[in-house]
Amino acid sequence: MTTQLTADAARLIGFGLRPRLVPARDDTYRGLIRRARADDEFAAVVQAVAAGLDLVVMEISERAGIVVASTEESVFAIRAGDYWRRAGGDGKASERVLHALAHLGAATMAFPRPADLANETYLGRITVDGVEAFVREAAGRLAETAAGNDDADLAAGEPGLEASWRVYSRRAQTGSTGDGRRLSSSTTGIVGRALTFLSEQGLLTRTGDERHGTYRTTPRYRTQVREAGVIMFDELLRLGVTEISDGSATIEVTWTPESLTEL
Amino acid sequence: MLQPATDLGFAQRVKALACTAPLHDLDNRKNQVQTADFSIYQMSELALNTIDLVTLAMDFDAGAPPDQIVAGVAGFAARQAPGRAGDEHLRAARWVLESLLNVGSADRGFRAVYGMTGGDGSYQRFEFDFKLLEEVVGPDGSIFLRATNEAVNVLVGALELDIESAQIAADLRLETLIRRGRLSDAQSAAQSARYRTIQYGEKLRQRLEATERDVRTVDWLREMPRFIAEALEHIAARYRAENAIMTNITEVRDTADTPATKLQAAKLVDVVRDCLRRHEQLQAALQGAGRRFRAQQDRQTFAPGSAVATLDLHAQLLVPVLTRPVDEADPVLAAYVGRSAGVHVPDALRLSDLFTALITPPAERELLGEPVEEPDLDEAPEEPPFPAECYELLDELLDLDPDAPRRLSGLIEDARRLHPELAHLVVVRVVALAAQEINPALRHNLPGVYIAVDDGTPLTDFEYGGADLIVARAAIEKNAPEGSPA
Repeated sequence: MTTQLTADAARLIGFGLRPRLVPARDDTYRGLIRRARADDEFAAVVQAVAAGLDLVVMEISERAGIVVASTEESVFAIRAGDYWRRAGGDGKASERVLHALAHLGAATMAFPRPADLANETYLGRITVDGVEAFVREAAGRLAETAAGNDDADLAAGEPGLEASWRVYSRRAQTGSTGDGRRLSSSTTGIVGRALTFLSEQGLLTRTGDERHGTYRTTPRYRTQVREAGVIMFDELLRLGVTEISDGSATIEVTWTPESLTEL
Repeated sequence: MLQPATDLGFAQRVKALACTAPLHDLDNRKNQVQTADFSIYQMSELALNTIDLVTLAMDFDAGAPPDQIVAGVAGFAARQAPGRAGDEHLRAARWVLESLLNVGSADRGFRAVYGMTGGDGSYQRFEFDFKLLEEVVGPDGSIFLRATNEAVNVLVGALELDIESAQIAADLRLETLIRRGRLSDAQSAAQSARYRTIQYGEKLRQRLEATERDVRTVDWLREMPRFIAEALEHIAARYRAENAIMTNITEVRDTADTPATKLQAAKLVDVVRDCLRRHEQLQAALQGAGRRFRAQQDRQTFAPGSAVATLDLHAQLLVPVLTRPVDEADPVLAAYVGRSAGVHVPDALRLSDLFTALITPPAERELLGEPVEEPDLDEAPEEPPFPAECYELLDELLDLDPDAPRRLSGLIEDARRLHPELAHLVVVRVVALAAQEINPALRHNLPGVYIAVDDGTPLTDFEYGGADLIVARAAIEKNAPEGSPA
C-alpha cells in the first residue's frame, strides 16, 4: 500500500465530510468515487481510513457521493446536545422530544411508503407546514384512540410519564409575536428549524418559500434516514415496542362497488 | 352516605366547567392590568363575543383574520364604554384575544387539574389540556384564528353532547319557537344550528387535508364513507328544516305588526340564509371528497415503487414513538437524530492561523465596487454558407417563366453544371419554397411567388432523395385575389 493511495482515500473521506458537495459538480470527487467502485484495493483503504476516524461508510455512489455516518464515539458525531443548544431548547426532555419529532416527521413525510425509502431514484418533497400538519395529525389520531379508551388525561405532576403525542398536540401550531415574526417555540417554528438544519447539512435542498419553506430530498438523505431508522427501530425493540410490517402500506385501502357509490 | 363520583359523566362536567374558567379569569384579572383601566368592561362577555366572531368567520377553508376579530370586539367594547377612547377599546379587545390564546404560555393553551375517585376508592388527579382559540397557518402563510371544539361547546352550551342529537334538538326548538312567535329565542336557536354545521365542515376539512398528506392516515374504507353519508344526511335534513323555517319566518316578517318584530324576523331570515349557504358549501365539499381521495390515492398509492421494502417510517417509527412516555421517547429519538442529521465537522484551528486572521486589517471596499469595464466587442459579420456567386446563379436559375414550371431533378442537373455547390443551395431553397405563403408576398409587393408541389414522382438522384417536386413561379396579379395558375 502506498502513501499516495492512503492520501487519495483520505481525500475521498474528506469529500464525504462536506455533504453539500456532489460528485456531479467536482471532477476530482467523481474520479475518486469511480475508483472506489472499481478498484477493490482502493475501496478497502477507504474503509480502513474511515474506520480509523470512527466513521462508517454507508454508501458510495455517483448520485449521492460517499455517505459517511459517525459512530457515537467519533469526533464527527453530532451531539444531540449541540443541536438543542443551537435550537434554543431549554434542555427539558419534552423540548428535545418536540425537536426530534420534527426530524422524524420530516423523514416520514419525505418517504411516506416503505418502497420510497428503498428506491434510490425517489425524490421526496416536503414543506414546513406539511410536516407540521402530518405529525399533528398522527398525534391527533392517538388522541382519538386515547379518548376512546377513557384515558384522555394525564395524571397530574408526572411530566416524564406524559405520552409524546400529548406534548406535540398541546404545543401551539403557530403564533404571532409582537414584532411580526413567527413564534419559534411553536411547532411550525420547530419544524422550520429542523428543515433548515437538514438543508445546511446537505440533506435537503430548499426549493421555495411556499408554505413556510419547500424542500426536496437529496440521495444522501435517503441513506441517512434508512440507517438512522434501523438504529431507532432497534432502540424501540429494546423498549419492547415492535410493529411488524410486510412492506405494504400501513392501512390497506380496498374498494368495493358499494363504497364507491357512497361517495 | 353519598357515593363518591366515579363515572365519566362527572369528569365531563368538571372539564366543561374548566373550559369556562379562562372567561371568569378575565374579569378577575382586569383590575390588575397596569397599563390601562379595564374595570368598566365586562370581560367575559367580550370573550364570548370574540369566540362568537371567530366561529362565525370560520369558513370551510380559512379562519378569521386576527385584525378583523379585534376590530369586531372593539365594537362591542365601545358599546360597553361609549365614553372611553376608541384606542382603549382596541386595546381591551386585543387584551381579551391574547388572554383567550393565552399568549404567555409555551403551548398557548390552558391546563386544568381535576380529580376523580377511582374504582378502588383512591382519589387521583389528572391534567386536562385545552385551547379555546388557536392560531393556524392560512393557505397564504398568514395567521388565522380558529375556535376549538371546546370553545364551540362552551359557547353553545351543549357540553360534551353528540353533534347529531344536539342538532335535532336545535331544529325542534327552532320550529317550536317560531310557531309560538318568540323570535329572539328562535334567532339564537338558528345560530346554534349554524355552529353545528360549521363543526361538520371543520371535521371534513381536517380529514381531507390529512388525506392529501398521506392517504393511509385516514380510514377511507369504513370511517370516511360513513362520515360522508352522515354529513349528507345532516345536510338533507337541514335543507328541509331550513326551507320550512324560511317559509314560516318570511310570513312572520311580512305580516308582523310592530317594527321590532319585523326587524327580528328579517335578521332571522339572514341567519337562515347563511345556514343554507354554508350547507351548499359543505355539500359541494362532501361531493368532491371522493374525487379528491381518489386523486390522492392515484398519486400516492399507485405511483410505481421499488419491490424492495425497508422500514415503514410511519407505522414502525413515528406512531410507536408518539405513544411512548417522554422519558422513554427522548433517548430513542436522540439516537435517530444523531444518525440521520449527518456529520458535524469540528473546527481544527492552528494558533498561527488564528493570529494571522486576527491581525489582518479588514480589506477596504469601495462603496460602489470596481468600475465596470465596457467589453470591446468586434462586429463579426456572418459568413454566408454559400459563395456569393451561387446566390446570383440561383436567382437566374429560379427566374422561371410562370407558364413553364420545372421539375426539381432538372434544376439540380442545371445547377451542377453551373457551380459545384449550387445544387445543394437549390435543394435548400426549393424545400423552403414549399412553405411559402402568398400573403407576405402580397404585402411586400413581390412580382410573383414560388410554389413547390409534390405530385408523387420520386426523385432519383445520387445525392438527394425524396419527391421530385414541381417548381413553379406564380405571378401575382394586382386586384386579382389569386396568382395565375402554374
